[in-house]
Amino acid sequence: MNIGNLPFVVAALLVAFGIYTFLFKRNLIKLVIGVSLVETGVNLFLVTLGYRTAGIAPIYTFAPEAERMVLPTPQALTLTSIVIGLATTALLLSFAVFIHRHYGTLDVRKVKELRG
Amino acid sequence: MTALTNHAPVLLIAIPLLGAFAVPLIGKLGRQARNTFVGLIALITAAFAGLLAAHIFGQAGAPSLYVLGGHQGFGIPLPSGLSVPIRIILEVDGMGAFMALITALIMLTGAFFSFSYWKERSGGTLFYSLLMLLTAGIFGMELTGDMFNFFVFLEITSIAACGLIGFRVWLKTSQEAGFKVMALYTLSGLFVLLAVGLLYGQYGGLNIAYLASALTGSTIDIVALGLLLTGLALKAGAVPLHMWAPDAYGEAPAPMSAVLVANSQASLYGLFRILFTLFGLTISVGALGWILIVLALLTIFVGVTMALIQNDIKRLIAYSAVSQIGYMLLGVGVGLAVSAAKPDFGFVAMQGGIFHMLNDAACIGLLFFVSGVIIRATGTRDLNRMGGLAHSMKWTSVLFIIGAFALAGVPPFNGFASKFLIYEASFKLSPFLAVIAILSSILLLAVFVKVFQAAFLGAKQEGIGGEVPMGMMVPMVALALVVIVFGLFPGFFVDKIVTPAANALWYGRDAYIGLVLGGG
Amino acid sequence: MNSGMSLIVRTVTRLVYGLALVFGFYVIMHGHLTPGGGFQGGAVVASAFALLLVAFGAAGIKGRLNHHLLQTLEEIGALAFLALGFVGIGTAFFYNLLANSGSLFGGPVPLGPNAGVFNAGGTLPLMNWAVGLKVMTGIAAIVIAMLIGARKEETE
Repeated sequence: MNIGNLPFVVAALLVAFGIYTFLFKRNLIKLVIGVSLVETGVNLFLVTLGYRTAGIAPIYTFAPEAERMVLPTPQALTLTSIVIGLATTALLLSFAVFIHRHYGTLDVRKVKELRG
Repeated sequence: MTALTNHAPVLLIAIPLLGAFAVPLIGKLGRQARNTFVGLIALITAAFAGLLAAHIFGQAGAPSLYVLGGHQGFGIPLPSGLSVPIRIILEVDGMGAFMALITALIMLTGAFFSFSYWKERSGGTLFYSLLMLLTAGIFGMELTGDMFNFFVFLEITSIAACGLIGFRVWLKTSQEAGFKVMALYTLSGLFVLLAVGLLYGQYGGLNIAYLASALTGSTIDIVALGLLLTGLALKAGAVPLHMWAPDAYGEAPAPMSAVLVANSQASLYGLFRILFTLFGLTISVGALGWILIVLALLTIFVGVTMALIQNDIKRLIAYSAVSQIGYMLLGVGVGLAVSAAKPDFGFVAMQGGIFHMLNDAACIGLLFFVSGVIIRATGTRDLNRMGGLAHSMKWTSVLFIIGAFALAGVPPFNGFASKFLIYEASFKLSPFLAVIAILSSILLLAVFVKVFQAAFLGAKQEGIGGEVPMGMMVPMVALALVVIVFGLFPGFFVDKIVTPAANALWYGRDAYIGLVLGGG
Repeated sequence: MNSGMSLIVRTVTRLVYGLALVFGFYVIMHGHLTPGGGFQGGAVVASAFALLLVAFGAAGIKGRLNHHLLQTLEEIGALAFLALGFVGIGTAFFYNLLANSGSLFGGPVPLGPNAGVFNAGGTLPLMNWAVGLKVMTGIAAIVIAMLIGARKEETE
């Protein structure tokens, strides 16, 4: 197997673990962790897309005279996605705080007033 | 005027954003100043939506382009040899302008309805901030010409929408709903992002027009399409991914439930844009169309049957809102299934599905507003504990009947106009589809007759105040007028705004690509 | 209830806090030349606030970081960013009016690798400051809000 494909495998594993955590764990905080894992996997995938062998960072300040610079788009996408991830995680955790205050538990089996 | 029209696409996003960030500052001056400011921002935004729509429909739905940051991008030759202009663009065609009209209508009425609705409560300032943010996000989704920006705006709507759902932190159910919806929205957003990454990895571009011109329909494209379909169907609330929708619509404050429906419709718009403009005929549209049709039938059926067994008035309306998403999917799904051969009835189906978006927004918005009025008056959401409201609220009961009949597709209201187009076209594809759709509409009528009987009829109850204040009545009457006018003159509106929108999806792919890539 | 942490943590915080602030502001200031920018620098500055909160507890910083002031500053940052977008509306939204104008941040930029011209970039450095202000105050406000929420929980 080509070593260059390893990051993609890791990204796929992260997404799979994240979805597993999201589907089968019972604790709200663990659900948030699951969502974060999926997010990390997607981010890793995006940033790996931008990898070029022997490419250097696309920064002109004191740049060495190299052959090729990578296109910064995937990095920009990843950064944006991280920023969004920060906001969603913060919001999810705030909901978890309030749920704990109202229900006194973080167990999804006990937090289910909304059914049907 | 032309300068304003030219800048309208970006102003539609920038002005609500400006409102969102300025409201907390203005709010320090007092409630009156804040409400004036929010109303002003909402009016200006709606005016720009109208201006943009007039411009786009004036040129029969042909797309127009807005380049952020300047006129010219600079080209970078890709390994494939094609030079793509690097720039951030907004691209508006008939469909985008149509969706902007819907959003503007719901945002405007929702904002004005909220002024009276939130009178006694504190913390309304951040509420308006979130409403403006949500509006900016929805406009962004509808106007952008770039897959990644679509994802960003999708996430902005997710965050703002969940802020609104969980806004009433003192209610335990709203927190539960907020968590659930936010988790699912985030997953749906990540599916979209993964698909964007897959497309970018293959073609090295994010521009919808460029991607559309480069797509080959490879296996990875199909995977990306599957991810996009899953993510956006989840965000739109289509069965079997609808489990968040009744919680979201049900637990959000009543005026915001309507805006959340507009948000779901924006995701649906994204799905249509991706199916018709991005992928077009590079994939087997027949199979995909039938997938949409099956999803649509499931959505209609599950939505209506679940609405039938609800005792909570807001969850009941929420489930009927879910079922209406099914009608839009059915119309456009029938159109997609036959979009290779392009027979006439396919176009009629598209018209029906798209027209139903506007009609659904108006009557579901009206029904959510009425439910807010009922909940405020009775202090309960349980239908079994209501009754006799027609004695004290004559106008509200009339408005409820208008909304309910329109939603169930009874002539002469607007729901009938669009549903009739859907029935007619889907019957030509398969009579079975039309039968399910019609039966479900009849069931929906039964549902609302039950609600009307439970809430409005019966003996007069003590402690119910009189008619609702003017501030809430005016937005409801405005939506009711939309319902009636669109029902009485459907031909005019189908010609003027629905046909250009349907055209943009059905025939407009080459024009959409050509505008960005210069001749295509 | 002692909300702070041990002496070691507090001492290290005192040492690192200033460095984190300086580094954060450096990242914001050089956003148009080096990796980073408004969000990253703002996050570093906010992490310094968070460090303070963790080390000294909510009681330790009482009165020094005002929740409402932070929110106001956050909104000002966001509005400044939008205003910089509106500045170029004569041409197009976000049009870089100041680039190559010779005035503030309007210096010419040589093509290719260079030592970095600080006085360049047009509205970009200003946008970095706006975003930096928004992010540092926003994240600090989030951290404080969550801390207040957690405190309430303990006392209830």
